[in-house]
Amino acid sequence: MAEKLVEIKNLKQHFNVGKANEVKAVDGISFDIYKGETLGLVGESGCGKSTTGRSIIRLYDATDGQVLYEGESVHGKKNKKDLKKFNRKMQMIFQDPYASLNQRMKVMDIIAEGIDIHGLAKDANDRKKMVYDLLETVGLNKEHANRYPHEFSGGQRQRLGIARALAVDPDFIIADEPISALDVSIQAQVVNLLKELQEEKGLTYLFIAHDLSMVKYISDRIGVMYFGKLVELAPADELYENPMHPYTQSLLSAIPLPDPNYERNRTRKAYDPAVHNYVDGEDVKMREVSPNHFVDCSEKEFAEIQEHLAAKK
Amino acid sequence: MEKILQVKDLELSFHTFGGEVKAIRGVNFDLYKGETLAIVGESGSGKSVTTKSIMRLLPEATSEFKNGEILFGGRDLTKLSDKEMQKIRGKDISMIFQDPMTSLNPTMPIGRQITEPILKHQKISKDEAKKVAIDLLRLVGMPKPELRMKQYPHQFSGGQRQRIVIAIALACNPQILIADEPTTALDVTIQAQILELMKDLQKKIDTSIIFITHDLGVVANVADRVAVMYGGKIVEIGTVDEIFYNPQHPYTWGLLSSMPSMDAEDAKLYAIPGTPPDLLDPPKGDAFALRSEYAMKIDMEQPPPFFKVSDTHMAATWLLHPEAPAVEPPEMVIERMKKFPGSRYYEGSAN
Repeated sequence: MAEKLVEIKNLKQHFNVGKANEVKAVDGISFDIYKGETLGLVGESGCGKSTTGRSIIRLYDATDGQVLYEGESVHGKKNKKDLKKFNRKMQMIFQDPYASLNQRMKVMDIIAEGIDIHGLAKDANDRKKMVYDLLETVGLNKEHANRYPHEFSGGQRQRLGIARALAVDPDFIIADEPISALDVSIQAQVVNLLKELQEEKGLTYLFIAHDLSMVKYISDRIGVMYFGKLVELAPADELYENPMHPYTQSLLSAIPLPDPNYERNRTRKAYDPAVHNYVDGEDVKMREVSPNHFVDCSEKEFAEIQEHLAAKK
Repeated sequence: MEKILQVKDLELSFHTFGGEVKAIRGVNFDLYKGETLAIVGESGSGKSVTTKSIMRLLPEATSEFKNGEILFGGRDLTKLSDKEMQKIRGKDISMIFQDPMTSLNPTMPIGRQITEPILKHQKISKDEAKKVAIDLLRLVGMPKPELRMKQYPHQFSGGQRQRIVIAIALACNPQILIADEPTTALDVTIQAQILELMKDLQKKIDTSIIFITHDLGVVANVADRVAVMYGGKIVEIGTVDEIFYNPQHPYTWGLLSSMPSMDAEDAKLYAIPGTPPDLLDPPKGDAFALRSEYAMKIDMEQPPPFFKVSDTHMAATWLLHPEAPAVEPPEMVIERMKKFPGSRYYEGSAN
């Protein structure tokens, strides 16, 4: 596989550390993101998938662990120059296109904010031209530059969010549920746009979502999170065909598909963490059960999965 | 089957600074006893406005019934006074809203919120109402209901809050339950639980449900019949099998094709081009024509009437007119049609 762009090593993000209400939102996860791929991150709300995304882009200071971007640590002290350099490479698209755009700024200034901060435009005309080009890239046109966010529909706003992220020419984009707030027909437009941009510019995505069918469609690999931990990580097709962790199986069995015949026969599997029956001190960690397919399991479970896989062949 | 609610030629407009927004432009449907009717469509298609007008929850200062009637129990709901409507709302017809975070009162213990409609509509004492409320909480699967009665909404998770909202909606055994995107704000696993709960309860108390959603997976799971709305009108209505396996309207084709399928490896997702029509100035002909590759000249000039496909299935598209040219639906839709006896692509049994 291609080279690693981002390495996440035992990342921990705890809130209210040391107090009675300490929350271990992300509790030691490790994975790599390769150049040019889309890594999907799924899980129910509160499992820490958004926190993971926000920690990677340094919106939070990590409690423990490391995030390496092209071998350099993201966290830790940085001078202004280094921080700026880093901010240009990594950008984020937020979930709610209604809340993530400043209502009092014109589209032109929203998109150009990054351009201004990094001094990417030579003069006012150049700045204008860059914004117009960006608007065109995301399927809007230059007349839109002089409007305010409230004059746009949800799908159009999300396009503005994408244009803003692209303004500084990043390599890596974290998309935190970018389509959850949109209609089905508009979701497809935005997903297609993200895919086209990836092909054109060779972008790398971390795609956070709870809509599993869309995640499968857009992702090359998918990570499943449960209570601050990564429980399974596999190529998208492999994960859907051979889910190994009981939580992944439960999650997959809960997705309703637009097919009434299938729906009538679908049975849902519930997940109860007690099924693992881990003994104290048992070594539970991510193990590779088949090439590129990692499952959070104990030694004993690992043997069972291997047996199961062997029987399948 | 017994018709419990009839919506006839309903037209409703909003008066705004920009002019008159024709949000509903002639909607007709019947709701039968004990069935689940799903209404699907994108935002702005008028699905929420339709149900809010049934509940009479729209602001009277700015909205206006232009035409049509909503018949329930022999009465036209559009003509009732506020007082009369208050007797129906929450008792005979009740509603579950999309966002369980905002539809509960944060300053009131949930016990009081559940007993509120019971005390309002039924002549029973507070103690009895409390017992009913505890039973309801148990019914919707809340553990330790006696203890939970005294707690406030912030002490519950999203899924639990939606269960409470359902309990409130069911408090007076309504004949009609309107659920406006009840699971959109919830996770898939919680969504599955809530859907199972609603289906279970429907069997127990024989309520009719109007289920609004834009998630076609959820529709396939819960609906008996489906109405597809676009631009303030119903464009296609039929049983769930007919809509999913033998769709006729190009908009329904577009909706079905824009969902990624789990098994097929598609190069590109089908996206319906363009945006929904501006209802300040609705198009003269078929509202979907501007976004449709199947549009004909007549689509721009005259709105299509309903053409009957079967006894239960109707679609408003000129493509069904006997003189219309035969067109091929998108490939994904043909794949679906192959499974449906009665469609022209049927290829033998699905199993």
